[in-house]
Amino acid sequence: MSGRARAAENPRDVAFEKATAAFAFGVLALALLLLALLVRESLPSLRKFGAAFLVSRDWDPVGGRFGALPFICGTLVSSFIAVVIAVPLGVASAVFINEFAPGWLKTPVSFFAELLAAIPSVIYGLWGIFVLVPVLRDWFMRPAASLLGWIPLFRGPVYGPSVLAAGVLLSIMIVPFILSVSREVLATIPQVQKEAVLSLGGTRWEMIRIVIGQHCIPGIFGATVIGLGRALGETMAVTMVIGNRPDIVLSLFSPGYSMAAVIANEFAEATGDLYLSSLVEIGLVLFLLTFVVNLAAKLVLRTMVARASRGI
Amino acid sequence: MKSLYRFGTAALALALLAACASPPPANTLTITGAGATFPYPLYSKWFYEYSNSHPGVNFNYQSIGSGGGIRQITAGTVDFGASDAPMTDEEMAKLPGPILHLPMTIGAVTVVYNLAGVGGGLKLAPEVLAGIYLGKIAKWNDSRIAALNPGLRLPGADIVVAERSDGSGTTDIFTNYLSTVSPEWRAKVGRGKSIRWPVGLGGKGNEGVAGLVRQTPGAIGYVELAYAEQNRMPTAALKNRDGAFVLPSIASTTAAAAGAAKTMPADFRVSLVDAPGRDSYPICGMTWLLVYRDQKDPAKGKALVAFLKWAIRDGQKIGPTLDYAPLPAAVADKVDEALKQVNFLGKRIY
Repeated sequence: MSGRARAAENPRDVAFEKATAAFAFGVLALALLLLALLVRESLPSLRKFGAAFLVSRDWDPVGGRFGALPFICGTLVSSFIAVVIAVPLGVASAVFINEFAPGWLKTPVSFFAELLAAIPSVIYGLWGIFVLVPVLRDWFMRPAASLLGWIPLFRGPVYGPSVLAAGVLLSIMIVPFILSVSREVLATIPQVQKEAVLSLGGTRWEMIRIVIGQHCIPGIFGATVIGLGRALGETMAVTMVIGNRPDIVLSLFSPGYSMAAVIANEFAEATGDLYLSSLVEIGLVLFLLTFVVNLAAKLVLRTMVARASRGI
Repeated sequence: MKSLYRFGTAALALALLAACASPPPANTLTITGAGATFPYPLYSKWFYEYSNSHPGVNFNYQSIGSGGGIRQITAGTVDFGASDAPMTDEEMAKLPGPILHLPMTIGAVTVVYNLAGVGGGLKLAPEVLAGIYLGKIAKWNDSRIAALNPGLRLPGADIVVAERSDGSGTTDIFTNYLSTVSPEWRAKVGRGKSIRWPVGLGGKGNEGVAGLVRQTPGAIGYVELAYAEQNRMPTAALKNRDGAFVLPSIASTTAAAAGAAKTMPADFRVSLVDAPGRDSYPICGMTWLLVYRDQKDPAKGKALVAFLKWAIRDGQKIGPTLDYAPLPAAVADKVDEALKQVNFLGKRIY
């Protein structure tokens, strides 16, 4: 309050405050306008299909029947795979770089790991088509399908482009985010606490387990959400390796489709109002899904932080 | 010193901006168009050549896709549209005035495959191709494929079907062909720029389909002729309506248009798939420029008609250098005749 009172005295401060407020509300207005536009443009499809749009598996532009379920499933499953692979990878690398790596190794390892974030996603996609998919197909999917084919998740036939390939590619793309946020979180641990555990005769592993368990779980969860957000919306790389087939199959080896990919693929040549508005409605669903994921994450994070601070 | 440096940076940024957005010199007429991506390499070459030999006329073409081209010309934001598929009656009903479909060049869609041990020479019949894309023929050594290819040692591998996942005129021509030759395809799937495929994997763009076919043993897919030629992919010979097996090429594509020329309707909204003639390749389609019959600006209308007259004569010679099949003379004559309808306030521009 006192800051406000002081600002009121100086006209330049007032102007500055007003300007920053205008920009802040501008960002909010932008998000709301985006939402409003998405809703307006998807009205024809909302009216025609209603809630059935979310649960229908039919996507037939020729027949004019549209449903989003295969795309929602594809987006969620590929992003989930990505997070499951990337979180252990990112957190473990962060622990190594921060706690174990000798000084001369720290900078190059973290530099190259973070460089991964700067590679354009279309490059990831090309690498996926030409390297990742054939390697996964010949060295993992084929053997897994013939040995574990009785488990529905690993059932063939194996083509290569698949939900699994998309998930693995996405995991590589989000590792740098999880890594760098985890490193920031680890860096906030007070040195005193670490030394306290060591001085009580704890091993390095025990130190990390105890201190991270106490301190860093909320931060690492936050890192996971950032990675998940990125994975949900990734378009180019996913469409290049996921197989672009709007089916819902239990097997991870079967081709799928994602929401962002179908918009990118079909929007330019979509003719007919219902077709266009169905694509926009997919965009709306993606927008809301990302919003809900982030909101839920914020809530979970709040409880975690509260619990962690009570624990200390 | 520092402020000087900053000034220099700002000046450089401004200069760069100016260079990016340099306007055409004064008293140059700029004709804008938007639409199909498939003929874009040919069109941009045409615009370049034409502007060089006819100073004072400039073109600005945005290859945003056929659907976008139709939307833009309907809204009147561009001087001409371009599309790989003729406008439907429903779309034409939304137009503010009558429009001409003017064929500019012909594209062919080739069937490419990846079969270890079979370098080339695969032959396919329409019902077999439809059977593969319907998922009814699933193995390469199926008796229906073997019967057409007695000389080839076909493996017992699964056929992996590849298709375009993005909406495209190529898909429209391909599915139009399958609908024409297979009643079952027409009833179950239909034709369109994006469709619900019974089987297979989707790749984005010609490069995506080609990538799938190359990376997946046993794959079959369809790409534009230019793409297959430039990447030296093996293409299948298809059995045409006269029963001959024809490989895709510029000559066999033009032959298809010549075969269909006699029966071509006056508005050119016609499909070339499964065209008659012994040398005709069966999966071809024209690509059109969309021009309003009643022009609103006399100067632009005049420049546009002059360009179109050039495009269907001199422009056609450029086509084959970029793997586009030229219009047969009979069709070019018909287009020339159609151009005479273009008018400003009832006065012929031609």
